[in-house]
Amino acid sequence: MIAYGIRSVLQAVLVLLAVALLAFSMFRYVGDPVANMVGQEATQGDREALRERLGLDDPILVQFGRFVADAVQGEFGISYKQGRKVADLLAERLPATLELAILSTLLAVVLGIVLGVYTAIRRDGVIANTVMVLSLVGVSLPTFVIGIGLIYLFAVELRWLPSYGRGEVVQIGWWTTGLLTESGRKSLIMPVLTLGFFQLTLIMRLVRSEMLEVMRTDFIKFARARGINERSITFRHALRNTLIPVVTIAGLQFGGVVAFAIVTESVFQWPGLGALFVQAVQFVDIPVMAAYLMFVAAVFVATNLIVDLLYFALDPRLRNEAPAGAGGR
Amino acid sequence: MNDLPEHGDSAPQPRQAAIEARGSGLSRAWDSDLAYSFRRSPVAVAAGATTLVFMLAALAAPWIAPQNAFDPASLNLMDGFLAPMSRSASGSLHILGTDSQGRDLLSAILFGARVSIAVGFLAVAFSMVLGVGLGLVAGYVGGRIDAAIMRIADIQLSFPAILIALLVFGIVRGLIHPSQHEQWAIGVLIIAIGLANWARYARTVRGSAMVEKNKEYVQAARVMGRSSLAIMREHVLPNVMGPVLVIATINLALAIIEEATLSFLGVGVPPTQPSLGTLIRIGQQFLFSGEWWILFFPALVLVVLALAINLLGDWLRDALNPKLK
Amino acid sequence: MRFFTGSIVAAAAAACLFVQTAEGRTLKWARSGDALTLDPHAQNEGPTHNLNHHIYEPLIIRDSKGKAVPALAESWGLTSDPLVWEFKLRKGVKFHDGAPFTADDVVFSYERARQPSSDMKQLLSSVDTVSKVDDHTVRIKTKGPNPLLPANLTDLFIMNKAWAEKNNTVKVQDFKNKEENFAVRNANGTGPFMLVSRAPDVKTVMKAFPDYWGKDQYKHGVTQLEYIVIKSDATRTAALLSGEVDFVQDLPVQDIERVKNSPNLKVAIGPENRSIFLGMNVGAKELETSDVKGKNPFADKRVRHALNMAINREAIQRVVMRGQSVPTGTIAPPGVNGWTKEMDKYPPVDLNKAKALLKEAGYEKGFSVTFHCPNDRYVNDEAICQSAVGMLGQVGVKANLVAQSKALHFPLIQKEQTDFYLLGWGVPTFDSHYIFTFLYQTRTDKTGGWNATRYSNPEIDKLTVSLESETDLEKRNATIAKIWNVLHEETIYIPIHIQTLAYGMRKDVDIVVDISNQPKIKFAVLTN
Repeated sequence: MIAYGIRSVLQAVLVLLAVALLAFSMFRYVGDPVANMVGQEATQGDREALRERLGLDDPILVQFGRFVADAVQGEFGISYKQGRKVADLLAERLPATLELAILSTLLAVVLGIVLGVYTAIRRDGVIANTVMVLSLVGVSLPTFVIGIGLIYLFAVELRWLPSYGRGEVVQIGWWTTGLLTESGRKSLIMPVLTLGFFQLTLIMRLVRSEMLEVMRTDFIKFARARGINERSITFRHALRNTLIPVVTIAGLQFGGVVAFAIVTESVFQWPGLGALFVQAVQFVDIPVMAAYLMFVAAVFVATNLIVDLLYFALDPRLRNEAPAGAGGR
Repeated sequence: MNDLPEHGDSAPQPRQAAIEARGSGLSRAWDSDLAYSFRRSPVAVAAGATTLVFMLAALAAPWIAPQNAFDPASLNLMDGFLAPMSRSASGSLHILGTDSQGRDLLSAILFGARVSIAVGFLAVAFSMVLGVGLGLVAGYVGGRIDAAIMRIADIQLSFPAILIALLVFGIVRGLIHPSQHEQWAIGVLIIAIGLANWARYARTVRGSAMVEKNKEYVQAARVMGRSSLAIMREHVLPNVMGPVLVIATINLALAIIEEATLSFLGVGVPPTQPSLGTLIRIGQQFLFSGEWWILFFPALVLVVLALAINLLGDWLRDALNPKLK
Repeated sequence: MRFFTGSIVAAAAAACLFVQTAEGRTLKWARSGDALTLDPHAQNEGPTHNLNHHIYEPLIIRDSKGKAVPALAESWGLTSDPLVWEFKLRKGVKFHDGAPFTADDVVFSYERARQPSSDMKQLLSSVDTVSKVDDHTVRIKTKGPNPLLPANLTDLFIMNKAWAEKNNTVKVQDFKNKEENFAVRNANGTGPFMLVSRAPDVKTVMKAFPDYWGKDQYKHGVTQLEYIVIKSDATRTAALLSGEVDFVQDLPVQDIERVKNSPNLKVAIGPENRSIFLGMNVGAKELETSDVKGKNPFADKRVRHALNMAINREAIQRVVMRGQSVPTGTIAPPGVNGWTKEMDKYPPVDLNKAKALLKEAGYEKGFSVTFHCPNDRYVNDEAICQSAVGMLGQVGVKANLVAQSKALHFPLIQKEQTDFYLLGWGVPTFDSHYIFTFLYQTRTDKTGGWNATRYSNPEIDKLTVSLESETDLEKRNATIAKIWNVLHEETIYIPIHIQTLAYGMRKDVDIVVDISNQPKIKFAVLTN
């Protein structure tokens, strides 16, 4: 167990270092950091002074080490566009993105399991088939089209929900939340639906196929033969066996949801990290891009690590085949 | 642990027919099976027909479109915002209306779909070559190289392609001179989307390669002195073509959606050569002003196209992997 | 990782409290872009000044028609010495932190605005010294006679000296060099609203300043003001239609009808003191982005005249702007001293004549050039550029459009990295000199800052400089007319139109279109 844990942590650190190398290369080699930081009328002397101050003449390994040391302390330099500390920018926008991502994941898991079980039990039912077709339509609908459609329907025509932003937020320490005000809760509905939709279809289809798979196994046939009622088989035996991979996937997908919020945030003007990242890409604001990349990697590694360890704790037989991520778009 | 069958990357049972088939025999072998299954599935036929019609129409855009939508000089601004089925001052009929620049919307969609589909195909080809190559190497060579490649694939798979594509887009833009941005826009899109989607191929191919590697006839071939490259080409590749095709089909739909999303976010193709996503971005401005067709038709085409390809991919997966039906 | 600064936490907590207890009205004001900074002297940019006008105040402020009215100065005038202006300051004015406003603050603020890192220094370039006479009198001595000095002071905000010193913000934020100081996100002015919280590019919350000197004079009824950034056109309109915001400063032209037809909303329309035009690189030997090598097509006057004839201004007005613009033949907006009806005439669209001119100049087959355009600054800027590309294409000129954010576009102009570009220019001083010095004078450290045409005409430079100290207004106007005559024939810019502003708002809000697009909420009226 301890050896396994150490190995998992080491692997996580390795992944983070690899991503950090990428982020560092972006910072160091994409564009000229000096030209980006001084005005055009800066003299050659100014430039050299800045090079020295930034340590750009040191050996690359030393520079990388410094980058990692800074990154560990949350220090990513100054945004080229906004002229503010990147760490502050991220911290300001973190709660908005996390709140959105957590609620979307919850929605996707709960609704996905319910619908997945239903479509698996009623394989040939009309409703189940409709749900399956809808889920396929859903996968084919680009997120931004869903978002625009929702805004048009619920914000403009029906005027039930706000069309942009987070509404009133309440500050708790450095965290901000929209859950404590009515306008904040209303503002969450459409972005959560939009963001959660893709994960929802994914989890639903996964639950369905896992259920179908399990139902075919000898273990279920045996249970049936013993005369256990169908309801109990479905929920006590089949679903329970399905849940481990589903929860694993949901956990692993969390990083994906956080990152996929990019599109949802842009459509709904949600003041989160994703919208910040899109802006940074448009302006080639490398420090913000690098920091965001590190952030997503950290979320990914953390969820992966937790799932890894949980998995190990739950089922030692699986130690040889650690779960791997499954994709989103 | 099982992978998501929905994404078609669970390693299917290598079918005996495919194993025996070599080279050109491969296509013949699943022709009959597949064709039969295709004929029996109305959904597959409809999806296939729709996809085919869209692709042909997009391909033939320069010849069948009423107007060259990419030639700004052919546009007359005064024809802007004409409703569907109306005639312009010069008398030409605009079946789907015109957009804000006086561009015939049908032509714009045909040309736009051409860009979207071209980007989709090239991106898929790029990620397929990359993914299959890396997968073969990982599976066949194994060891540290395998671990490294698969770890990278894991990371890539957990990030949404859109993030990776945006990142690649940002980096490439930082590397090339600003005045070159527009010229390279489409190339950058292809690279960005391609780099974001290779891992699924790599995984599938690796799995098959590992299985094949230890088969006796492969061992025998190795003893007989056949090169690794030849073994991979002759024995491993044919076995993975089925699943790879499934992934490629589903990825084509994803790539088209990704292109549209990037263009919608304003980091895709320039507005003078609009893709479907760019058209939607432009059309969105007119959501409240009554010119619904500028948004509606491009969005409809995008959704129908993606849905048809997805259905096709779904069917293909089930057909090649009967266990899951 | 360092998280929020304490002040913001406290401020935001106060904001939440405020929402619940306030009895008056909250005005939610949406716009597509944010102020770049709160440091009042760091950026000479419209939206930045617009927000700052609510927190800080200048000595003299312009009302919605552009008329200069007293703000922190009650009266002003030339002394017997034609070089010395005297300003009588308002008494009993308080800063938001309670400190009294005195002459020291004025002297301090003007000195601050003249620092090298200030973006406002050009407006004070004629100033020699600023001195305090007594606590409520200030004198400004100019280097030569400057009849227009008061016109330059309307965006020069007054900070509190003690506050700036205490918070280590005596030095102006160096915006270009990505500096940040305390004043960038904190403010202490004398204005009608005080800063509560600010999240850049998201939202800035202000509340009415209870001790505002003009609270009896300006009964706007707004107790809380929220400035909200909504970049997407459709979302901004949606927010107004759904009642989430009360006032949209840049209502997209395509949505005017829809808003007009909403029972609770209305639209105010009026011209802005700003022209939109295309600039050409006429000075280079060879265009970097053109397929013509060895010579510069734009250097040939016939080419410039041909392009001027190819642009169909009326089509742009009708279709792109949906009537919300006034086509023009000059880059000077009407109302600016020096503007004449004659200048405003533009050539009729004549593609044959344009082609003939191009042929004469040796470009029968046309040429290509990269065309830079902003996509988030002016009304429908990107769509204007797209249609210009089509129109130029019809005479054989292939313009490769690059449309991007203003933050990427403007540096190209300031660094002379573009051959062909779209720009808009407002004239806050309402005098032609402002146009000449920024857009026509030869590019040096102090002049021609926005002239990316590489145009350099020593005669024009000399005449422009002579305007600065000419006190005989008649003679001065004659010189302005003479300059315009030359420039009109040169056609280094292709004027397109004067843009019209459309403000969308609730029916119970009354905000008049501000000619400089700097609406000040204190002049507004809210009815309940």
